[in-house]
This record gives sequence, structure tokens and C-alpha cells, in this order.
Amino acid sequence: MIEFRLNGNSGVSPYQQIVQQVKSALRLGRLRVGDQLPTVKEVVGKVAINPNTVLKAYRELEHEGLVAARPGIGTFVVNSFDETTYAAQRTLRRSLEVWIEKARRAGLDDESIEALFVDTFLFSPKELVR
Amino acid sequence: MSSALFATDLGKRYGRKWALSSCTLDIPTGHVVGLVGPNGAGKTTLLHLAVGLLTPSSGSLTVLDEAPASSAEQLGRIGFVAQDTPVFESLSIATHLHMGAALNPNWDAQLATQRIHDLGLDPNQRAGRLSGGQRAQLALTLAIAKRPSLLVLDEPVASLDPLARREFLAILMEVVAEHDVSIILSSHLVADLERVCDYLVVLASARVQVNGAIDDLLATHHRLVGTRRDLDNLPESVHVIESSHTERQTTATVSSADPILDPAWSVETLTLEDLVLAYMGQAEEQRRELVRPKGGVK
Repeated sequence: MIEFRLNGNSGVSPYQQIVQQVKSALRLGRLRVGDQLPTVKEVVGKVAINPNTVLKAYRELEHEGLVAARPGIGTFVVNSFDETTYAAQRTLRRSLEVWIEKARRAGLDDESIEALFVDTFLFSPKELVR
Repeated sequence: MSSALFATDLGKRYGRKWALSSCTLDIPTGHVVGLVGPNGAGKTTLLHLAVGLLTPSSGSLTVLDEAPASSAEQLGRIGFVAQDTPVFESLSIATHLHMGAALNPNWDAQLATQRIHDLGLDPNQRAGRLSGGQRAQLALTLAIAKRPSLLVLDEPVASLDPLARREFLAILMEVVAEHDVSIILSSHLVADLERVCDYLVVLASARVQVNGAIDDLLATHHRLVGTRRDLDNLPESVHVIESSHTERQTTATVSSADPILDPAWSVETLTLEDLVLAYMGQAEEQRRELVRPKGGVK
């Protein structure tokens, strides 16, 4: 089950952070169709936020068709992003890890590695030949 | 919709000093209300008026649509945790629960026992030997087990370390998620309340400076930054709370229901803390105006 963590200084509201964390878990395959999200009581008991904040986040995810609430039982994932990419993600992650190791050995610090990645990502061609 | 707290021109005077004045509020039920203000602003006075420990010097108020402490039933619907979460030091936890059961008609003994168990506390332990965090949890347990419709907490986390603070607020939010209860809690720090509250009352210099649902407050307050100019030319719907000028730049915190479209201003969103500080600054400014001698120094 997914566990939310909230960053107080990120400037992103707690409700947005929950939405983003669910989406990211769906993209990375940590959450899959059929999985249950923690109940509102479980979330607020861990991160000490107003229950309405969690409800608002869940409602937005529901509105986007990603989760559905079953009254009295809980909230479940009913839809995800393209699950066929999960298999490819593993090898891609592995090659990224190799790349990061190379960057470290070349003497780049964490911020430089991140900047290099983001910069390359942003300026790479958007359209791929399929 | 019924009101958790409804006050009209409420005031409380000690001798010649007004601890609270011209307080008009209508807080709907179903909220977690943060009462924020500097020390001495009148927070405790307002809360004591709400639970019937004080009577108003002027104006009127109802709590859950009845006068505070007007009947045993009315008292039973309100849980109150006073400042510094007081307990009886020489009595055991079990005796505290026993007393709660004897004094409250709707006492939920199972809930009380379960919570003490979940907190890992020994019922035979004397309350005087508990840590600050444990004592706060005991006081909260007593207030919750009477199954109130409104829970009033005066600076509940002020004396707790960060971990105990987090745990206390987490359990409080579990209570909100599980039971149909409205909450009013005070603090002199916005950061304590930011995540848990959805309604805010800012009290400073004995007066309510602003109040409302936090989402609405954040949507209607902005910071304007632009080249130095007079603020008198702003549209009438824009209300300036605080402003400062440098040689070339003007910065203002404003409230406005309408979006600010003048391209000469760059409009920034505010955090809850910015908003509270702006209103406290305004109150402080007004206080200084009042005490500033008129017609110069003699």
C-alpha cells in the first residue's frame, strides 16, 4: 500500500502532493489496478493533516477516472497509465543507475547530475520515430 | 446550517481593559477552526467565553446554537481542554477515566480504555508522572470520550516537543475523520495549525482581524508588487491590509474578491503565514496609532 509523505516547504499544497504521489506511484507501477488507497483515517493518523484535504485529493483522482470509492469499503485504483511500460521501466532504471554511477565517478555532485539530466531531457527531441 | 460558534459584538472587560471587543463571528459546524494570534490577543478569553467559564461584558454568543453552559445537556456537548492540558497529578489514569464516566452522561468507556491502551499507558500510573505529551494525550482522551459535538482546545501543543506535537495532532485528526465533531483550537504559531485547520480566525489586539474558510482566504488575498506608486488608485473592491514602499518599489498585501487585472502589478499568491502576519501587522500598526500622542510631545 502507498504511504504518503508531505513536504512542508515545497510550496505545493498537501492536497496536490497526495494527488502527485498517487499518480507517480501509478506511473512507476507501485500502485496497480485493484490496489486500495489508505483510508482517510489512516492517512491523517500518519501525517496529521485535515481529513478534508485527503478527501479532496481522492475526489480529484476519482474525477480523473483513476480511482473509485466503494462506500463503506475504501478507495480503489480502477485505472492506470500505460501498464505495458512497466517491463521496459526496469531495464531503463538499470541503465540510468549505471549512468548515475558514471557521473559520480566523473566527479559530478548531486545537483550537477540532476541539472544535466533535466537539461538533456528538456532539450531532447519530443517526437520519437515509432 | 447550524453554527459551532455565533457571536455578535461580543466583548469582555477586565477593569478598564477590554480583553476582547466587537467580536462578531459565525463559524459553521463541521470545521477544524484555528484561532491564531499573539500572546495576550484574547484567544483564551474567547475560548473561556465559549465554554461558559466567563460571562460576556457586552454582546452575545451561542455555541452549538445555545447559550454556553445554559444546561447540563449543553455542557455535555462540548469538550474542553484548557491551556497546558491540566490533569489531577495525584490521581491515576484509571481514576481519571472513572471520574469521566461518573460525570458525563454520554461517556464512552470503551473508547477511553482503548485509547489509553493504544497510547501504551499503564492505567495505574499517576497522572503527575506522565510526560508532557502523555499528559496532553490523557486530557484529549477525557475530552473525546465524553463524545462531544464540539471540542475546544486552548494552545494544546504549545508545550509539546515536535514529535509529541505531531502525534497529538495526528490523533486529533483521526478523531475528526471518525466522529462527527467540530474543533476549535488556538495557537500563537500558524505553522502548528496550517495542515490541520480548514477555517481560520485571526485575533490580535483584542479584535477579530479576519476569519473564514482557509481556501477562500487564500483565494482572495494577494501580494502586489510594482514600481512605486500611490495605492489610492486601486479599484474599490481591493482592500489594502499592509503596504511598504522603497524608493522605487511598492509592495502591498491586499484582499480582493475579484482578480487583479492591472498589468502594472505583478500578483503573487500568499501562504497562510504571510496572510496571518499581514493582519497582525495591521493590528499592531493600529494599536500604535492609538497610543501615539496627538499634537506632538509635550
